[in-house]
Amino acid sequence: MESIYWPSFFFWLFSAITCSFAVGVLVSTNIVRMAFYLVLSLAAAAGLMFLAGADFVGAMQLLIYVGGTLVLLIFGVMLTSQERFVEMKTWAGDWVKGFLAGGALLFVLIYAAFSIPEWRGMERTAAEAVPTTHTVTPIAMGLLGARTDAPDRPGYLLLFEIVSVHLLVVLIGAAYLARARRTRTIESMK
Amino acid sequence: MLSVPAVGPDPLTWGYTDSIGSAGLRKNQQVASFLSEYIWTWLAYTFAGLVHIALIINLVAVGALIFIWLERKISGRIQDRLGPTRVGGKFGWLQTLADGLKLITKEDLMPAGADGFLFKIAPYVSFCASIAAFIAIPFAGGDYPWIPQRLNTGVFFVIAVLGLEVFGVILAGYSSASKWSLFGAMREAAQVVSYEVPLGMCIVVPVLIAGSLDLIVIGDRQAGWFTNWIIFHDPFTFITFWVYFTCATASVNRAPFDLAEAESELVAGFHTEYSGLRWSFFFMAEYGSMFSVSILASILFLGGWNGPIPISDMLGLTPENGAFAAYIGQFLGAMNVIFKGTIGVCVMMWIRWTLPRLRIDQVMTTCLKYCTPIAAVMFLGATFWQLKIPDRNFFGVMPMNPAVFEIGEGLPGPRFPEIPEGKPITDQVAASNGAERKAL
Amino acid sequence: MFDIPFENSWPIANILTEPVGVAHYVSVGAVLFVCGALCMATKRNALGVLMGIELVLNGANLNFVAFGSQYLRADEHSLGLDGQLIALFVIVLAAAEAAVALAIVLNFYNSHDSIDVDHADQLSG
Repeated sequence: MESIYWPSFFFWLFSAITCSFAVGVLVSTNIVRMAFYLVLSLAAAAGLMFLAGADFVGAMQLLIYVGGTLVLLIFGVMLTSQERFVEMKTWAGDWVKGFLAGGALLFVLIYAAFSIPEWRGMERTAAEAVPTTHTVTPIAMGLLGARTDAPDRPGYLLLFEIVSVHLLVVLIGAAYLARARRTRTIESMK
Repeated sequence: MLSVPAVGPDPLTWGYTDSIGSAGLRKNQQVASFLSEYIWTWLAYTFAGLVHIALIINLVAVGALIFIWLERKISGRIQDRLGPTRVGGKFGWLQTLADGLKLITKEDLMPAGADGFLFKIAPYVSFCASIAAFIAIPFAGGDYPWIPQRLNTGVFFVIAVLGLEVFGVILAGYSSASKWSLFGAMREAAQVVSYEVPLGMCIVVPVLIAGSLDLIVIGDRQAGWFTNWIIFHDPFTFITFWVYFTCATASVNRAPFDLAEAESELVAGFHTEYSGLRWSFFFMAEYGSMFSVSILASILFLGGWNGPIPISDMLGLTPENGAFAAYIGQFLGAMNVIFKGTIGVCVMMWIRWTLPRLRIDQVMTTCLKYCTPIAAVMFLGATFWQLKIPDRNFFGVMPMNPAVFEIGEGLPGPRFPEIPEGKPITDQVAASNGAERKAL
Repeated sequence: MFDIPFENSWPIANILTEPVGVAHYVSVGAVLFVCGALCMATKRNALGVLMGIELVLNGANLNFVAFGSQYLRADEHSLGLDGQLIALFVIVLAAAEAAVALAIVLNFYNSHDSIDVDHADQLSG
C-alpha cells in the first residue's frame, strides 16, 4: 500500500465540510443557522482554493466574501429576524420538484466532469515534482496590465478600472437605496 | 505554464525539491525535516504542527493571563490606587490564576430562549479566529524564520482572519435572546467591519515600501539600526503608523471604541449572558487580538525582530557562526517582537484608562471622515515618495543597505520575475509570431 | 446503459494515494451550484435566496480556480493565472451584487413588513 498523498486527504476533508454545510444551508429552515452554515461552507471553500495553489484568491475569499459579504448578509438576517420569519418552511411539493431537477443537473455535471481523461488528475510523481510558485506578484502585475507569467496574454488593467468604478457606483446606489425612511403602514398580507 | 520565467536550472535539479507532497522539505520547516529522519513524514508534520500549536496557545493564553494582571495594575496606578496586591505576594502576580479558577468553577448558564448550538459555539469561533491569525505571524526572520507557516500572502491572510472574529460576536449577541446583547453585537460588527477599510489602507503602505505581502520580507527589510524602520522611512509612514494604531484599537473594540461592551450602557454588550469559562474564551480572544495587532504593528512599522540596535549582528549570533548562535540570535529576535507587542498592548491599556468613551456616531465619524481620508492621503504620499526617492531610509537621509535587495521569499529563484530588457511585451509577441501562444 | 469512458478503475478507487484532478474540484463546484440553485428555488425567505446566489457564485469560483491550477492538470491547455484573476473579479462583483440585493430586500421589508418572497406579488396579474 502506498503512502497517503496528503494534499488529496486535505482535499477530501475540505470538500466534505464544504458540501455538507452547503446541503445544510439547503435543508435548514432556521435563517440564522443557514447563515452560519454558509460561513463554514465558504471558509472551507477558501481552504480548497489554498490547496489548488491560489493563495491570493483564497485569502481574498476569506477577507471579502466571508468577512464582508457574509457579515452583510448576517446583518440583514438580524435586522429582519422577527419571530415569524426565523423559521420558514417550504412546501413539500417544491422540495420534490427541486430535488428531481437538482439531482439530474448534479448527475449530468459530475458525469461530464469525470468523462474527460485529462481532468482526472496527474500522476503522483508528476504532481510531486511541480514546483511551488508564488502568485501574488504575477497577479498584481497582471492587474496592472503587464502579464509576467504568460506574456502573450492580455493584461487586466481595463477590467480593474471598470470594476473599481462599478464598485463605486454600487456603493453609492446601495447607500441611497438603504437610507432610513419612515416606514409605511403594513400592507394586507395574504 | 504558470511558473515565473525562471532564470536558472531545471527545478528538479535544484538543491532541494521544493514542491508539495514530497519528502523534500523547505528550509523553513525545520522541526518537521528534523523529525522526518526518525519517524514517518506525516507523523513528523503532525508533531511539528502540534508543537507550533502548543507554543502559540501558550503565548496567547499565558499572555492573556499576564495582560489581565498588567491591565489591573496599570489601571490602578492611573487611577491612583494599587490594583491587586494580595494573591501571590506584594504585587498580586497570581491574581489572574485565581480569577481563572473562579471562572472555571462557575455555574454554566444559558438563557431560556437562547439558540443552544449557536450560543455554545460562539466563543469558540471568536477564539479560533483570534488564534488563527498567529499562523502567519513571524517571530524571527532571516534565512531560517520562526513562523508556523510561511505564507506568500502573509499580511493579507492575517487581516482576513482577524475580520472573522466578528462572527463569534454576532452569533453571541443573537443567540443570547436579549435585546441588549443584539444591540451590542450589531454595533461591534458595524465598527469592526468599518474600521477594516482604513486598516487595510494603512497596511498597504509598509507593503508597498517593502515590495511584498510576506511579513518575513517586510521584517527583513528593516534589518540593522532603527533608522531602517519603516516608521521612519518618510513622514507619510510616520503618520500612517498612528492611524494604523487607532484603527487597530477600534478593530479590537478597545476603549475609547468599546461601545459594544460598554459597562455603563449595555451591561456587558454581546457577552452579557456569558459566564464562567465561555466568557473567559471571549476575553482571551480579545487579548489575543490585541496582541496580534500589536505584533503586526511592530513587524510592519517598528522593525519586528530587528531591534533599535543590531545586537545579534554585533555579537555574531548569525547563521554563519553555527546553529547554536543562530538559535540564540533568533530567540533574541522573538523576544524583541514579543516585547514590542507588549508595549503596544500597554499603550492600548493606557489609552483605555485615559480617554472617555466615544459614542457610536462619533466612532463612525472617526472612521469614515477622518481615518479613511487620512489613510488614503498617506497612501498616495508614500507612493509618490517611493517613486521619487526610492532607495533611501530615515526620511530620505540615509542610503539603503544593498543586502536588502537580496531578500528572498523562501523559494529558490528570483523574487521578481525577469522581463527581458528593451522591448515591450507586445513587441516580443510580434517578434515570436505568436509561437508561444497557447491554445486553450 | 452508459458507455462509461473510464480508462482504468473508478476515479475513487485510489482515494487517498493519487492526486485529485480538475474533475474532483468541478464536482465540488457542481454540488455547491446545485445546492445554491435549489436554495434560490425553494426558500421563502428572501435572505435564503441571497444565500443561494452566494453558493452559486462560489461553485463557479471553484471551477475557475481549478482550471487555473498548476497542481491539478498537467497539459499546456491550462488557464494559468487567468483562472485566478477571473475568480478574483467574480468575488468582487458578488460582493457588490450582495450589497445591492440586501438594500432591495431591506427596502421591501420596510415597506411590506414581511420578508417572505411569496408576499412580493403586487405586480402579478
